[in-house]
Amino acid sequence: MNTPFVWMWDLDGWIIAAGVLCAMSCALLGNFLVLRRMSMMGDAISHAVLPGIAAAFLLSHSRDSAWMFLGAAAVGVLTAVLTQGVHKLGRVDESAAMGVVFTTLFALGLVMIVRAADTIDLDPSCVLYGSLEATPGDLWLLGPWLVPRAVVILAAVFLINLTLVAVFFKELRLTSFDPALADSLGISASAMQYLLMTLTAVTTVASFESVGSIIVIAMLIVPAATAYLLTDRLGVMVTLSLVIAALSSVFGHLSAISVPRWFGYVDTSTTGMMAAVAGLFFGAAVIFSPRQGLVTRWLRRTRMSLRIVRQDVLGVLYRVRELHEQTMPTNVSASAGVDVGKISRAVGIGRVTAAFCLWRLSKTGRIMPDPDGYQLTPTGLEEGRSLVRSHRLWETYLRDHLALPADHLHSPAEKLEHFTGSRMQARLDVETQHPRVDPQGQQVP
Amino acid sequence: MNAPRFLLAAACLLLASTAHAADTAAWARVLFLHDHNTRVVVVGTSLLGLTAGVVGSFLLLRKRALLGDALAHATLPGIAAAFLLGEAIGLQGKSLPLLLTGAAVTGAIGLGAVLVIRQLTRLKEDAALGIVLSVFFGVGVALLGIVQKTPTGHAAGLESFIYGKTASMLRSDAYLIAGAAAVIAGVCGLFRKELALLCFDADFAASQGWPVRALDVLLMMLAISLTVIGLQAVGLILVIALLVIPSAAARFWTDRLGLMAATAGGLGAAAGYLGAMVSALWPKMPAGAVIVLTAAAFFMLSMLLGPARGILPRAFRRIALAHALTQARRP
Repeated sequence: MNTPFVWMWDLDGWIIAAGVLCAMSCALLGNFLVLRRMSMMGDAISHAVLPGIAAAFLLSHSRDSAWMFLGAAAVGVLTAVLTQGVHKLGRVDESAAMGVVFTTLFALGLVMIVRAADTIDLDPSCVLYGSLEATPGDLWLLGPWLVPRAVVILAAVFLINLTLVAVFFKELRLTSFDPALADSLGISASAMQYLLMTLTAVTTVASFESVGSIIVIAMLIVPAATAYLLTDRLGVMVTLSLVIAALSSVFGHLSAISVPRWFGYVDTSTTGMMAAVAGLFFGAAVIFSPRQGLVTRWLRRTRMSLRIVRQDVLGVLYRVRELHEQTMPTNVSASAGVDVGKISRAVGIGRVTAAFCLWRLSKTGRIMPDPDGYQLTPTGLEEGRSLVRSHRLWETYLRDHLALPADHLHSPAEKLEHFTGSRMQARLDVETQHPRVDPQGQQVP
Repeated sequence: MNAPRFLLAAACLLLASTAHAADTAAWARVLFLHDHNTRVVVVGTSLLGLTAGVVGSFLLLRKRALLGDALAHATLPGIAAAFLLGEAIGLQGKSLPLLLTGAAVTGAIGLGAVLVIRQLTRLKEDAALGIVLSVFFGVGVALLGIVQKTPTGHAAGLESFIYGKTASMLRSDAYLIAGAAAVIAGVCGLFRKELALLCFDADFAASQGWPVRALDVLLMMLAISLTVIGLQAVGLILVIALLVIPSAAARFWTDRLGLMAATAGGLGAAAGYLGAMVSALWPKMPAGAVIVLTAAAFFMLSMLLGPARGILPRAFRRIALAHALTQARRP
């Protein structure tokens, strides 16, 4: 059972080619579906095309692709029209309208297929999962080369999608982000909507036979959503989604033929694994995306709060020193026994955080340990002084210009002091007319 | 009240057409549930439709109509994984409780994923549903692909969970549905007020100190339970229809939540009853699909005729109002 798989270009190469082309065709359209919050339309259309396909079979008595294209594309557009109709005429919530329409059409398709089971050979499950593994079996002579039919069709669909998206890129972008503005500029938002729906339907139909509709649904949403988490530029998003779609297909096929072997099974459906791999990419983006990721956002927040805590520590040390100078002017270098415990209580942080901040501060040369605790180096002294100066200037400013009561001055100043640069400090000094003492009567350093 | 009378009329019409199609004895046997098999199937699907209508009403009002779609697809990997796990540890992989437990587990994980994506990223509800739906279903298809190639897997018939196999419903399945339906309906009744508050004004509920998050999860757990028991009867794609269509249809009949839930339950039950019977009477009529089409017919009639929000009553009211205004303007 546990034989290593054999890579064959004739077989695996074509499977991957078909998968990549299909995934990229879908991902291209998916960007605009995700931005328009219409992600579920792909799901709806890919279920709803079933009666179109069945009707084409019944009418033409053949598996001729042209008929199926027509039938399914017509039903795909019909899905969008019916959903809008039920939504507008019946005042039904749009997603509910979609649910009513596509489940009904799917049920209709199932009944048609089952009733005509004697005359046509169409398995509904093939529509859902497709049989990508059978791709290399059905070859077309294209010039001097034998190319699988599915690859030719999917390549054509990809080129059509690419061309139309490139031609209408500006219109698609505008109608996706601001349909009202688009309409006022004379670009019909609903025309673009139906263009997208038609392309989605055509892509779904082209894919259903070779790769199945599950991969269409996955590739319409997942790569675009992943790219959306990684960037704020539409052009970059489209490019990224294409790359992610292609990678999902390649790794999907590789893992379909390798992963099950690790557990003692043979192999599994390539399309299912492509969707699963795309899901992994999405999960990674949710966690590690440079700006949106959960971990990166957490790291950024932690770094920021540690920076603030470090500044607070410098401020506390400065104030201690200041107090010391006032009470014992002869012995200015003493650190007055400021240790980790006192720092953690004064700043309101845990002992571990306090110890970590003190370690960082001494490593960057802002404080130095002495037998009694810690004291400021000249650099640290200057930074602490500047922080306390900002704090006291802010308190003065808030009292003079915002007329805040005396007991409301400290906490906003405590926040603002961390985001005050030297220019703003100078400006504050001017605005408060170079005060010598702050509202509490403490000297402004 | 118009709704029950209409339902009765619709039922009679459909029954009449059924009678016309098959010979009298056969439809009478089916209608009055003479055959044991038919009785089990009809009772099972009716109960399922009833419960789905009630739960679906709350989902619809909470604007979560398609949540059932994502949850239903998310049950597939659980079914396949439970089968593989059962085989691996020597249990009989096909045991229904095991498979349904697996389905419920991955359904719940899928629900968690929807909530995480919606709350913690900038993606919206639609993308969250679509991602969970397609990725979970993809994993399910991949696991099914493995199951197919195990020695026992091919005969396991796990694919019937996708399309349903209503006609071969067993007495134990019907009991399972009945029990689960009773529990789900009981919970809905018990938390009627809280769920209503959640659906109509979640912010107000939160400000009054209700645990909105927990209620939301409760509602979704109800949807998962219903989906899992519905898998067996109509399959995972069509159970979505039972959650969406009867409740959307009932919305045309009334503006009262209690009545709406009752109407939706009634429509769902009627669809289950009629669909199962049509399927029993005619050959080559898959029950799950026929149930959905029956529900869709109810929806279309409701959309046209429903007294509260139907298209024709609304048009009549507008015309009557215009008429009254012209009358009033006359000296």
